[in-house]
Amino acid sequence: MERVMARQMTGAKMVVQALKDQGVDTIFGYPGGAVLPIYDEIFQQNDVRHILVRHEQAAVHMAEGYARSTGKPGCVLVTSGPGATNAVTGLTDALMDSIPLVVFSGQVPTFMIGTDGFQEADTVGITRPCTKHNWLVKETEKLAETIHQAFHVATSGRPGPVLIDIPKDVQFATGTYSAPKAARVDHYQPKVKGDLDAITKLVELIETAERPIFYTGGGVINSGTAASQLMCELVDATGFPITSTLMGLGAYPASGKNWLGMLGMHGLYEANLAMHGCDLMINLGARFDDRITGRVADFSPKSTKVHVDIDASSINKIVHVDLPIVGDVGHVLEDALKIWKSRGRKVNKEGLAKWWAKIEGWKKVNCLAYTNSEKTIKPQYALQRLEALTKGRDRYITTEVGQHQMWAAQFLGFDAPNRWMTSGGLGTMGYGFPASIGVQIAHPDALVINVAGEASWLMNMQEMGTATQFRTPVKQFILNNERLGMVRQWQQLLHGERYSHSWSESLPDFVKLAESFGWKGIRCDDPAKLDDAIMEMLNYDGPVLFDCLVEKHENCFPMIPSGKPHNEMLLAADAEAFKSGATLV
Amino acid sequence: MAALNIKKGSTSHSAYDLRDFHSEVERSHTLAVLVDNEAGVLARVIGLFSGRGYNIDSLTVAEVDHKGHRSRITIVTRGTVAVIDQIKAQLGRIVPVHQVIDLTTESTPVERELALFKVAGTGDKRVEALRLADIFRANVVDSTLESFVFEITGTPEKIDAFAELMRPLGLSDVARTGVAALPRGI
Repeated sequence: MERVMARQMTGAKMVVQALKDQGVDTIFGYPGGAVLPIYDEIFQQNDVRHILVRHEQAAVHMAEGYARSTGKPGCVLVTSGPGATNAVTGLTDALMDSIPLVVFSGQVPTFMIGTDGFQEADTVGITRPCTKHNWLVKETEKLAETIHQAFHVATSGRPGPVLIDIPKDVQFATGTYSAPKAARVDHYQPKVKGDLDAITKLVELIETAERPIFYTGGGVINSGTAASQLMCELVDATGFPITSTLMGLGAYPASGKNWLGMLGMHGLYEANLAMHGCDLMINLGARFDDRITGRVADFSPKSTKVHVDIDASSINKIVHVDLPIVGDVGHVLEDALKIWKSRGRKVNKEGLAKWWAKIEGWKKVNCLAYTNSEKTIKPQYALQRLEALTKGRDRYITTEVGQHQMWAAQFLGFDAPNRWMTSGGLGTMGYGFPASIGVQIAHPDALVINVAGEASWLMNMQEMGTATQFRTPVKQFILNNERLGMVRQWQQLLHGERYSHSWSESLPDFVKLAESFGWKGIRCDDPAKLDDAIMEMLNYDGPVLFDCLVEKHENCFPMIPSGKPHNEMLLAADAEAFKSGATLV
Repeated sequence: MAALNIKKGSTSHSAYDLRDFHSEVERSHTLAVLVDNEAGVLARVIGLFSGRGYNIDSLTVAEVDHKGHRSRITIVTRGTVAVIDQIKAQLGRIVPVHQVIDLTTESTPVERELALFKVAGTGDKRVEALRLADIFRANVVDSTLESFVFEITGTPEKIDAFAELMRPLGLSDVARTGVAALPRGI
């Protein structure tokens, strides 16, 4: 009888109890009228830590940073109306990049829904297209089970954000709490094992391919560290070259001998030409994004394409593949390795040697070359120095969106998964700073650096207060060119050098700004002093705002202009010769 | 790669997909989608079609299992092989969707639609309307001295044909249910 009594509780208490039972230690949020009962429960316990943000969008990005650096779902709590609508950008970002999040939003009481009440918004309606799934819970009896189902949906199959909208009267009312085990989740059980016949075909292809390449993506990282290890084993054992999307960096170590670097619009020359010229493409957990494929009709025209993805709708969505395998990358790799080994670990050694010789030729082009300067800091140089001075440290990097993001992907090397957090699919300026706080909350002693541009960084600069309050020693490494660099680059190359609204006017004094929040501010504009300045940042025990004044008109190369195929990429030297009209995307 | 010698033909025992995926021919497909009858589920399905730019030619929804709270959504849509495949895959990943059945695979499904037609008129036109209704096995479900309401069941094509005939005879209103469909045989 006592046990039964103990399971009766208010909806608000259920939320906190469910968080504890799901193993949640941190929730990012912002209070408001419609979530006050839940905040009251948070106040009365110490198991779940609440991080008070300054804007709900940042709460979601922090939860993304937390999730991506730990592999656990990130949790967010926001109020109704504006609290929920502010979270929409973060939800969309997480959906595009397949990041598991559980977002709780307050709602006006059930009897007021639909009356245009104060701070009422149709949150489930608004977030339906930007969540993997969402729920409006109208009965306290169903709340606990819904929360447990939400965690299941967010983390199973292709991960993604989910939202639970909880009216205030449901939070106040009492109901029966049920444990995670009691929740019915049987109908949503995505298939993780790949078809064995198809995997055997994949092995046959691996055995005979003359010019193979692994093209890997965020799915490998989402599948867990075991998947990354299995992938490294297969790549090293076969000796095949490997490239990765922006999302997949770190799954195969950048220091590994088969690594070609990132591919895509600003990917490396050797990676893109290898994709274009291969005869076997093994796509592991990537989705043929338009930033990867360039012109689809000319994408890797002579290859047999294999696509391993847990989401059946990713297969044949953009590029038709010859051998689709629906399943979890880790499981598929495990089976593939087993079958390949049992068949005698064969590869086409002769073909492979020729293929590598060709790739080595492409590498000699040295596509990341840039003209350095003794007077101004080149952004590439700044990142090379950051890389050199942080080498060997367990380092977590987040980025904003733009040129600096691409340079970071090109010039920083990642040797382990979950160390690189960037907004890939949605391209959300303002992502990196809050994400870096989320990463630091999850890894209090780690070195967390947000490589930023000044324009992106300003989009969520209000979170300086959060960083100070929660003592997160995040390093904000701003490559300040006083421009919206990527926009400016496109305007230069594609819009007749008409620089429409692509400069950062009226910038703050970043050093004073830092100091006003109790941070350390560092400014550097001299290449000769850069190393010392970076070391000062790294050695400071607390948050640092590093204003790195860089060359204002540097362009990011190599570049595949939008709508062009891989073999028509522009190198820095070609840029002058590039004369073409604007393209659509 | 040529050494692999992939056989053309049936895909049922092959890991390879050998249909003409790149065909530009659009075809009408009837899809049955079995879903949990929960709040917002129809909006999710409709939102998918509008958000990704697919067409809906016809849509019917009703709970078919009251105990299990399951509804069956029957959608008639149109597209190339690639588009229809993508629609099915996208529908399949909606969380409350249990099953997506393409009823237009090898054979055409049994399809039925119900329609109500209001035909207003007097004299010869009225007699002719009644005569044609008889030929089409339509029932009169409401009648005044100046109008009939006919109820007709059949394939969408039959209903279209009936509508064409009724138009010159004073057709004033049409209500159609959309298609309900089941596969033929077991």
